[in-house]
Amino acid sequence: MSKLLLQVENLTMHYGTRGGDVRAVDNVSFTLAEGDSLGLVGESGCGKTSIAKTLLRLLPDNAKIIGGHVWMGDTDLLALPENEMRKFRWSRISMIFQAAMNSLNPVYTVGEQIIEALELHMGVMDNTQARARVAELFDLVGLDPTFMDRYPHEFSGGMRQRAVIAMTLSCNPDLIIADEPTTALDVIVQDRVLRKLEEVQAKLGMSMIYISHDIAVIAEVSNRIGVMYAGQLVELADSVEIFERPLHPYTFALMKSFPSIKGQRQILQPLEGEPPNLITPPSGCRFHPRCPRATQICVDEVPEFKDYGNSHFAACFHPLEEGDY
Amino acid sequence: MAEAIQQDVKARVHRDKPLVEVSGLKKYFPVSSGIFSRASSFVHAVDDLNFTIMPGQSLGLVGESGCGKTTTGKLLVRLHEPTAGSILMQTEDGDMEDIAHHKGTALRQFRRRTQMIFQDPYESLNPRRTIFDTVAEPLTVQGIGTLTERQERVAALLNECGLTPPEQFMYRFPHELSGGQRQRVAIARALIIDPMFIVADEPTSMLDVSIRIGVMQLMSNLAERFGVSYLYITHDLAVARYMTDQIGVMYLGKMVERADTEELLSNPLHPYTQALLAATPVPDPRLSRDFINIKGGISKPVDPPPRCRFYARCPIADEFCRDNPHPPLEDKGGGHYVACYKVGVAGA
Repeated sequence: MSKLLLQVENLTMHYGTRGGDVRAVDNVSFTLAEGDSLGLVGESGCGKTSIAKTLLRLLPDNAKIIGGHVWMGDTDLLALPENEMRKFRWSRISMIFQAAMNSLNPVYTVGEQIIEALELHMGVMDNTQARARVAELFDLVGLDPTFMDRYPHEFSGGMRQRAVIAMTLSCNPDLIIADEPTTALDVIVQDRVLRKLEEVQAKLGMSMIYISHDIAVIAEVSNRIGVMYAGQLVELADSVEIFERPLHPYTFALMKSFPSIKGQRQILQPLEGEPPNLITPPSGCRFHPRCPRATQICVDEVPEFKDYGNSHFAACFHPLEEGDY
Repeated sequence: MAEAIQQDVKARVHRDKPLVEVSGLKKYFPVSSGIFSRASSFVHAVDDLNFTIMPGQSLGLVGESGCGKTTTGKLLVRLHEPTAGSILMQTEDGDMEDIAHHKGTALRQFRRRTQMIFQDPYESLNPRRTIFDTVAEPLTVQGIGTLTERQERVAALLNECGLTPPEQFMYRFPHELSGGQRQRVAIARALIIDPMFIVADEPTSMLDVSIRIGVMQLMSNLAERFGVSYLYITHDLAVARYMTDQIGVMYLGKMVERADTEELLSNPLHPYTQALLAATPVPDPRLSRDFINIKGGISKPVDPPPRCRFYARCPIADEFCRDNPHPPLEDKGGGHYVACYKVGVAGA
C-alpha cells in the first residue's frame, strides 16, 4: 500500500444563512494515497465543491468549520494560521476551478500570468529561467511553448483550460483538486483535456481529487470513487469495485440513471423525489425519504460509514447484496 | 382528456406522409466589420440541410457547440427566417405547407402545430407570471377556450406532467419550483395546444442526474400518448440514444451523417461521428474507449472554403477532398446517410 498523502477526519462545515445553518459538509472522512486519484461525484448541492474549498480553506465569510481535521503528513491544515496556509496552497495543493479558463486576465499574456504565480510562490526568478519553466509546463500539458506570449483571447476554450492546468502545476503540488474542469467544454476537447490531465498526473506522480456530477467522467479519471449525497459521503471504493458491487442504494440509483452509448440499451430508472434542503436535513440517513430500501431504523439513526472490506466503505443499514443488482 | 387529445391527433396526422420535410435549408448571418460598413462576410450557420421527420418519429441533432443545431431548431419553429430553402410541414388537412417565410396570421396558425422547449428552465419562464398564466399562454395567444376551460386543461396537463396535485402548482411562481419542476412546466406549456411537432433544445442538460431521467421519460411517454414528434437537440449522444429514433450529426452547419439511432451508435461511418463517439465518456471503468486524434478545434463557418467542412481536421482526408466541393449526404445503404468521399470507397 502506498503512503497516505491526505487524511480527512470527520470534517463538518456549515454555511450561516438568515434561514439557519446549511449543513453543507457533514462528518466526512476519507484518505487519499500518494499517486491516487479520487473522484467525488454527486448532484449539485451535495457538498462536493464545499469539501474542496474546505480543504484549501478558501471559504466565504459565512462558512463555519464546525469540526474535523485535514491531515497532510503531520500538519492539520485546519489548524494552520492563514499565512502558513497560503504557503500550502499552490506549492502543496492547488486547485482548478470550474470555468477556470475564464479566470485568466485578458490584458496579460498567458506566460506572464504563469510567471506571476510562479514567482509569488517560489520567489523571484531570473526571466530566462522562469520562461524556461513555463515552456516546460506548456509542453507538459500539450501546448505549443511559443504560445506563451499570446493573450488569453487568442486561445480556444480547451487551450485556456490547459493553460490553467499548466499554471496549477507550476509549483509542483502534491495534490491537485479539479472541480468540474471540463464541464463547459465540448466532448472532443473534454476528452483531450482529461487525457492530458491523467497523463500528467501519472507522469508527475501527483494525487488528484476530481469533482464532477458526471459519473462517466469520474469513471474515466479516477481509481477511487466517493459518492456524496446531501453533504455526506455515502460510499467510497475503488472504481471497478464500486461499479461491480455498489453497496449504497443511492450509488446504485445514480448508475441506473446514467445513459451510456456503450453496451445494451438499459432501461433507465429515475430516482423519485429531489435532494433535501440542508438547513433541515432528514433525520437518520439523509437519503431515507427517497430510498426504496428504507425502514424505521433509517429514520431514527444515522448509519455509520463503515468498512465492508477491500477498502470499500458505505453508510447504509441495508446495503445492496449480490441478488439486488 | 388525454385520450381525447390523442385521438384528435391521430385523426389529424397522415401517418404515411412526412410531418416535416426540410430541403436546401440555409441560414447565413452577416458578420459586420464596423458600424457603417456593409456586411461583407457571412457565418454559414446552417448550410443546405435536407431531412424529413415522419409522424411520431423523433430526430436527434447532435454536434459540438457552434455546429448549427440550435439555429436549425429555431428555423423549424420560425424564430429565425431561413436565408434559403423550404420547410414543409403537414397541415391539419394533410397537405404539405411551406412555412419558411410565413408572417402574421399564417405564422400564428403554424405555431398551433409547432412548439419549442428551451434549455434553461430558469430563464424560459417569466418569473412574474404564475404557472397557470405561463402554461395557458399559448391558449390565450391563439384565443382558445374560456377561462374555465383553460383552467381545466392546464390542470389536466400539469397532472400528466407529474406536477400533482395541479392545484398546488397552478398559482405558484417559478421561483417556488425546482429545476426539474420548472422544466415540467415548460413541457406542459409546449403541449397545451396539442402540437404535432416540438423542437426541444437541450431540455435536460441543466438538470441534475437524478432528475434528468424523470424528465426524459416524461417526454418520451407524452410523445407516445399525444403522438408528438420531437426534433431533439443535444450535445450528449447518450441522451440522444434514449430520446430519438434517428440521429443527425452536424458539423459547421452541415449534416455529415444521419441514420437510425442504434445503427449510428454501433456503426458510425463519418470520421467526425467516429471521433465524437470515441470522445464520449462511458459510465463504466471496465469499458475502454478508442482514441481518435482529430486535429485542431472547431472554427466558425465564416465564408468557408468550398470543400468538405471537416477537411482541416479529418484524419483520412486527401487531395480529392481538398479539390472537390463539400460531399453530398448520400445513402450508403439501409438509410444510413453519410457526407464523405472516403466512405463506401473500396479499401477505405
